[in-house]
Amino acid sequence: MSKLDLSRRGVLKTGAVAGAGLALPTIFTSGASAFTNEPGDSSVTLGFNVPQSGPYADEGADELRAYFLAVEHLNGEGDGGMLNTFSSKALDGAGILGRKVEYVTGDTQTKSDAARASARSMIEKDGAIMITGGSSSGVAVAVQALCQEAGVIFMAGLTHSNDTTGKDKKANGFRHFFNSYMSGAALAPILGSNYGTDRKAYHLTADYNWGYTTEEAVRTSTEAIGWETVGTVKTPLTQTDFSSYIAPVLNSDADVLVLNHYGGNMVNSLTNAVQFGLRDRVVNGKNFEIVVPLYSRLMAKGAGANVKGIYGSTNWHWSLSDEGSQAFVRSFGTKYGFPPSQAAHTCYVQTLLYADAVTRAGSFNPCAVSEALEGFEFDGMGNGPTLYRAEDHQCFKDVLVVRGKENPENEFDLLEIVEVTPVAQVTYDASIFGGELGSCNPGA
Amino acid sequence: MTDQTQNPPAIATGAQSTVKASRGGMLGLTANDFRLFLIVLVITFLAPFILNPFPEGSALAQFNAGYPDLMQRFVIFGIFAIGFNILFGLTGYLSFGHAAFLGVGSYGAIWMMKLLTLNVIPAIIMAIIVAGIFALMVGYVSLRRSGIYFSILTLAFAQMSYALAYSVLTPITGGETGLQIKNTDRPLLSNIQDGEIGRANLFGLEMRSSFELELGAWLFTFNAGYYIAAVVMLLAFYMSIRLFRSPFGMMLRAVKSNQQRMNYTGLNSKPYTLAAFVISGMYAGLAGGLMVAMDTQVGPERMFWTASGEVVLMAILGGAGTLIGPVLGAGFIKYMENIISKINSTILHEWFFWLPDGLENFVVALIYPFIGKGWHLTLGIMFMAVVIFLPGGLVEGGQRIAGWIKNRRGSGDGPDKDPEHHPKQAPHVGE
Repeated sequence: MSKLDLSRRGVLKTGAVAGAGLALPTIFTSGASAFTNEPGDSSVTLGFNVPQSGPYADEGADELRAYFLAVEHLNGEGDGGMLNTFSSKALDGAGILGRKVEYVTGDTQTKSDAARASARSMIEKDGAIMITGGSSSGVAVAVQALCQEAGVIFMAGLTHSNDTTGKDKKANGFRHFFNSYMSGAALAPILGSNYGTDRKAYHLTADYNWGYTTEEAVRTSTEAIGWETVGTVKTPLTQTDFSSYIAPVLNSDADVLVLNHYGGNMVNSLTNAVQFGLRDRVVNGKNFEIVVPLYSRLMAKGAGANVKGIYGSTNWHWSLSDEGSQAFVRSFGTKYGFPPSQAAHTCYVQTLLYADAVTRAGSFNPCAVSEALEGFEFDGMGNGPTLYRAEDHQCFKDVLVVRGKENPENEFDLLEIVEVTPVAQVTYDASIFGGELGSCNPGA
Repeated sequence: MTDQTQNPPAIATGAQSTVKASRGGMLGLTANDFRLFLIVLVITFLAPFILNPFPEGSALAQFNAGYPDLMQRFVIFGIFAIGFNILFGLTGYLSFGHAAFLGVGSYGAIWMMKLLTLNVIPAIIMAIIVAGIFALMVGYVSLRRSGIYFSILTLAFAQMSYALAYSVLTPITGGETGLQIKNTDRPLLSNIQDGEIGRANLFGLEMRSSFELELGAWLFTFNAGYYIAAVVMLLAFYMSIRLFRSPFGMMLRAVKSNQQRMNYTGLNSKPYTLAAFVISGMYAGLAGGLMVAMDTQVGPERMFWTASGEVVLMAILGGAGTLIGPVLGAGFIKYMENIISKINSTILHEWFFWLPDGLENFVVALIYPFIGKGWHLTLGIMFMAVVIFLPGGLVEGGQRIAGWIKNRRGSGDGPDKDPEHHPKQAPHVGE
C-alpha cells in the first residue's frame, strides 16, 4: 500500500497542480485537446484488447506476448527485433515521439459486447490513444466501429474476413493481416497444379460471416480454374463433433473437401474427416484430398498428425528466412522460449507500424497517423515489400501457401511453405466488397 | 379448507402494518420504501463521485469505476436484474433465457435508429414493444410448465434466438458481426451530413458527451448517457416497488408459495404469471434498448445462454426477491468483469515492488490466477461464498451488519427484551 504515492498525480493531469480545490470544468471529454486522449509529455498509453478467455484464448495469449515484446523494443529494451530490419528508420527506441510506451490490457472474451466494453474502458478510463488486437472478425468489426466513433486509431489483430476492410471498413481502422479473398486467390493455382483442374469440391463452412466470405472466395477462385462445387453445408460454430457432416461427403461424388473452419472447429472437423478414412479414399479415379483455406500453427498443433500433406494459406510463418522474420523469431524465442504464431506476428507488426506512422507524422492525431499510414510502402517486416492501401486500409503483400509437414522435426515445425504467392496475384479492386471508408475522426 | 379460515386474519394484520408504515411515506410508497428509494436516488446521482474514490494516477486508481461505460452498464444491468427479479423473486419461476428479450429489444432499437431517427426515445420504446411481444409468445408456451421444465423451455427459446441471430437471420441481424450505425445509414427523421456517422442523441444531446470536473487530484466524469440511463433506472425501480407492494404483487407471491393450492381455490394463476413474464421481458427489452442507446452496437452473443445465466447470478448474488438486491448483484458482477479482468501481472508487480524480489514474485504468482483472465475464478469463489454464508445474498450481508451494529449499540440497554425466548412471529408473505 506504500505505493499510494500522491506525488505522481502532478504528472498525469497538468491542470491538477493549479487546481487544488479549484474546479476546471470542460464540456465534452476531450474539449480541451485537439483529439481524443491527447497524451501527456512523458508517456503514451496503448490498449491491447485480446481474447484471454473463450475459444481463441491461445491466439490471444500469443498476441499479448507479441505486444509486450513490441513495447520493449519501442522503449529501447531488448534487442530491438524488427526495428533493425524495418525499412523506415523513424523509430529510435526512445518510445514514440519521446514518450515512454505504456499499455493496458483487456479481455474481449471473443464477444463483441465484451470487446467494446473493454475498449471503451481503455479509452474512457485509461486514456488509450490506440486500440489493437482481437482474434475474430466479428470483434474486429465491432471494435473498429467503436474506435471510429470515439476518435482513436484501431490496428486490427488477427481478422481474416473480407468485411473488416471490405463492407465494414472505417477510416480509423487498419488491417495488416490478409483476408479470405487473398487466401482463395493464392490457393487456387497451387490446388490446380497439384490436384488437377477437373475436381469436384464439397465445402463445410462455419456458419458465420467469416465462414461465408471464405467459402465464397475459395469457391470463386477454384471454379475459375475449372473445379466444380458439388455441395456446401454450413456447420454451427459451437459444433464439436462433425461426424454427421462428414458422412454425406462419403455419399457424394466429391473428391475434395474444403474445410472453411478456424481454430477448434478446424481441429475437430479435420480429425473427424481423417477418422472417417476420407484421405484413403479414391473417387473418380483420383485420391480424395482435403483443403484448409486458413491455417495457423496453433491449429496444426491441435490437429496433430492429421494435418500432414494438407494445403492451406497463412499470413506468416516463423520458418521464413528473411531478415525481418528471423529478427522477430529470435527476440520472441529468446524471451518466451518458442517461436511466435502468425497472430503474434501481425500484432507485433501493427504496433510497430502505428508507432512509426506517429513518428513520421509528428503527431498522435488520428487523422495525421491515418494520413501517414495510407499508401505507406515498407519492407523488412517479414512479408516482403508491403503496401498499406489508402482506399481500404488493407495491407497488400505476398501470401504464403503452406502444407502440413510429413516429418516434423519438433512440435513447432508443423507446416512447410509450398509457395510464396506474389502480391500481384492476390490484389483486387478496392470497391468490390462495397462499404464506405468515410473520413477520419479525431474525436474532439 | 382450514387454510382458508386462517388466512383472513393474517391478511388483516398485514394490511394493518401497511397502514401503519405508510405514514410518512410519499409517492404512494411506505416510509421504509420511500427511504430506500431516496437512498438509491442519491447514490445513482452521486455515482460519479462514489465510484471514483481514488485520485487519478495513484496505484489504487485501477479500482476506480467512475467512467461512463461502466457506470452506464451498472444501471442498465440494474434494470435488467430488477425486471428478472419481478419474475423470479416474486413468482419463483426461474427463466433461463432472459437474455433473449434483452437481445431482441436491442435489435429492435438499433433498427429504429438506422431507419427512423437517432433520437433514443423511439428506439427505447421500440425495444420495449418488441421484447414485450416476444415475451408474450415465449411466455404463452413456456408457462404451460413450471419448475425445471419451464427453465429448460425458456433456455431453449433463448438459444434458438441466438442461433437465428448468429446465422440464419444474418440479413436482419448482421450475423456474428452484429449491427452498427454506419455512414451509409440515413434515418428518415435525422438530417446528418453525407459521410457522417450518426450518433445516438436525446433531442440533440449526444449520449457520449460528458462534463469533467477536476478537484485536485481527482477527476469526476458526468456523462449525459449515464444520467439518462440513471433516470430510467430510477423509474424502473420505482415501478418495481409499487408492483411489489400491489395486490398484483401479492398474487405473484401466492404463486410462489403454493401455486397448486391457488389453483384448487378456483383461481386461474396463468394470467398473473404471464403478465409477470411479459413485464419482466419488457424490463429486459428496456435494458437492451438502453444498451443500444449508450453504445450503438448489437451482437448475437448478447443472447447467448451465458448472458441469461449472468442475470440469474445477479439476482441470487444480490438477494432474489428483495428490492435492491438484484441491482447490487448487477453492479457487483459488472465491476468484477470490467475492473478485475483488466489487472495484469505488470500492475501486480507495480503494487508489490516494495517487497523483496523473491517474496514479490511469490505474492504476484499467488494472486495472478485470480486477476486478468482469472476474473471468472474470482467471481465464482465470491458467488460460492455468498450462496454458502449469505443465502439471502448481499442484502442479507447488509442486514446482518446492520443488526450487529444495532445489537452492539443496544447491548448496554440492560436485560434482554425477551428473556423467555418466545418464538418470533413468522414474517408475512408480503413482507
